[in-house]
Amino acid sequence: MQTLKKETPALEDCRNSWASTLEELAANDPRIVAVVNDSVGSSKLDKFQKRFPERVINVGIAEQNMVGVSAGLANGGKIPFVSAASCFLTGRAMEQIKADIAYADFNVKLVGQSSGIAYGELGATHHSIEDFAWLRALSNIKVVSPSDAWETAEAVKWAAAYEGPVFLRLSRMPVPNLDITNRVFTPNKAEVVRRGNDITIVCCGTTVHLAVAAADLLATQSISAGVLNASFVHPIDEEAILSAAEIGPLVTVEEALTKGGLGGAVAELTASNKPIVIERVGFPGFLPTGSAEWLFLKYGISAIGIAEASKRALQRAESNK
Amino acid sequence: MSNLDKDERIAAIKSKALWMRRSALKMVYGKQLGHIGGDFSAIDIISTLYFGVMDYDPKEPLSPERDRFVMSKGHATGALYSGLCAAGYFPEEMLSTYMQPNSNLNGHPNRNYLPGVETNTGPLGHGLPVSVGIAISAQLASSNRRTFTLTGDGELQEGSNWEAAMLASHRKLSNLTLVVDRNGLQQGAGTEETNSLAPLDDKFRAFGWDVSTIDGHHYTQLYDTLSAPRSTSNKPHCIIANTIKGKGVSFMENEARWHHGVPTSEQYSIALQELA
Repeated sequence: MQTLKKETPALEDCRNSWASTLEELAANDPRIVAVVNDSVGSSKLDKFQKRFPERVINVGIAEQNMVGVSAGLANGGKIPFVSAASCFLTGRAMEQIKADIAYADFNVKLVGQSSGIAYGELGATHHSIEDFAWLRALSNIKVVSPSDAWETAEAVKWAAAYEGPVFLRLSRMPVPNLDITNRVFTPNKAEVVRRGNDITIVCCGTTVHLAVAAADLLATQSISAGVLNASFVHPIDEEAILSAAEIGPLVTVEEALTKGGLGGAVAELTASNKPIVIERVGFPGFLPTGSAEWLFLKYGISAIGIAEASKRALQRAESNK
Repeated sequence: MSNLDKDERIAAIKSKALWMRRSALKMVYGKQLGHIGGDFSAIDIISTLYFGVMDYDPKEPLSPERDRFVMSKGHATGALYSGLCAAGYFPEEMLSTYMQPNSNLNGHPNRNYLPGVETNTGPLGHGLPVSVGIAISAQLASSNRRTFTLTGDGELQEGSNWEAAMLASHRKLSNLTLVVDRNGLQQGAGTEETNSLAPLDDKFRAFGWDVSTIDGHHYTQLYDTLSAPRSTSNKPHCIIANTIKGKGVSFMENEARWHHGVPTSEQYSIALQELA
């Protein structure tokens, strides 16, 4: 049985885990290179650059070229990890991601840094809450949103070994490591963090630890909530979602738009296979300025907010009977 | 290389180019779809690369040390496919499937459908950035392999080309050669009346490139410029090849409407006679 300890664990910036893992991999595989848009510091790649200076290809502030260059590096036998702020990597270079990476099927790993609303105060130009929806519209690219530092390291190792296009969505918001005994990273599968009998919270990335806290809160109110970490957002683990839909209503939680992303994927899947009540927690559109923590609270991405959404879902399911 | 070798090569380039023009015409007429004007302006450049300059083996299309040709003007598949076919990448019968349902000869090239296609193009301004990445991979490997890229001229209105041009000189990619198919016409009108490119040579020089301007239908000029060793320079090389859209068929030459015009049966017969 997977359990979570109650004491507050230390928070970690997953960029440290990303950077140290990439450095370890690069030490053993000369094909690995980093491609950046003047984003060495914000990607925490300073040590990587110091150790492998010739293996950092800095294209300057030019995202379209950055993604095209990475396709060419893959053509030449390299395994490029393209690391840049997710808002610019996805928004500016979308056609290159579509044509040069996904459609051309090059072995390129796109790493969207500081995704979601990590840059809260900087405003909607710097928020990357559309990236799930944009990337989900593409075929032949895996979209992965790790939940903590441990899963980030596993996802980077998996991406390096996997032959094909990957988008890793990382954050700079510190999160605790989920305390799961004998934890195993299973590619393409959602991870059962908590089993529940009444409702399932389907979440990813920075919201998973909050969903666990919500499940704890709901347990005190005699509601048994499961937590499913859908870190493989695209393509989604259909079997796990449909199994959860057999138990009861679903709540989706993501640091992204409620349309087109994880919530959209779950809604599309269940509408066609197992129509069920869903509450989607996330962002509605362009957001006001404010810290990431403030935006999370304002839009209900918190233990209390997720617990309330869960109760709404249960009430709706009850009234549908 | 002896003069005889060079003469033989140029003769082969010329005869393959004629075969490619006839093949592209048959493909476009057969499907009633295509970009014949840009095919014909590019064919002499592609023929020179495959039959006079590049080191490749169609039986090992993914050999790491191959020279690369990146067709950035991906709409000119009549030129690219006839060239790859002539070079031995796939049998001639496949050309008649051009743009037919489920054909590997897609309207724009897909590297997963056909050997010899280095990357997927179609949207303009994609080939040069990818080529810069290929050239960097060779630089990192201290390999002598070369990368040749063909863009249209109107295509250079896409800003991604200039992002790539800047990086190519910054990284001293002397192993990279860009050929601009300078036919002066884009889909709707002339390049200079649409959004002028001139002075194109000065623009590339200002971006840190070596620049040569040649007649893009003169086989000796093409051969000499493209085959010249790059070891004495530390800059990427831009060859502005002055070409004629629709080159080889009198009524197509220099007419913007032949960008994606399709010949009638009468025009088809005349064109085949002119390409005899």
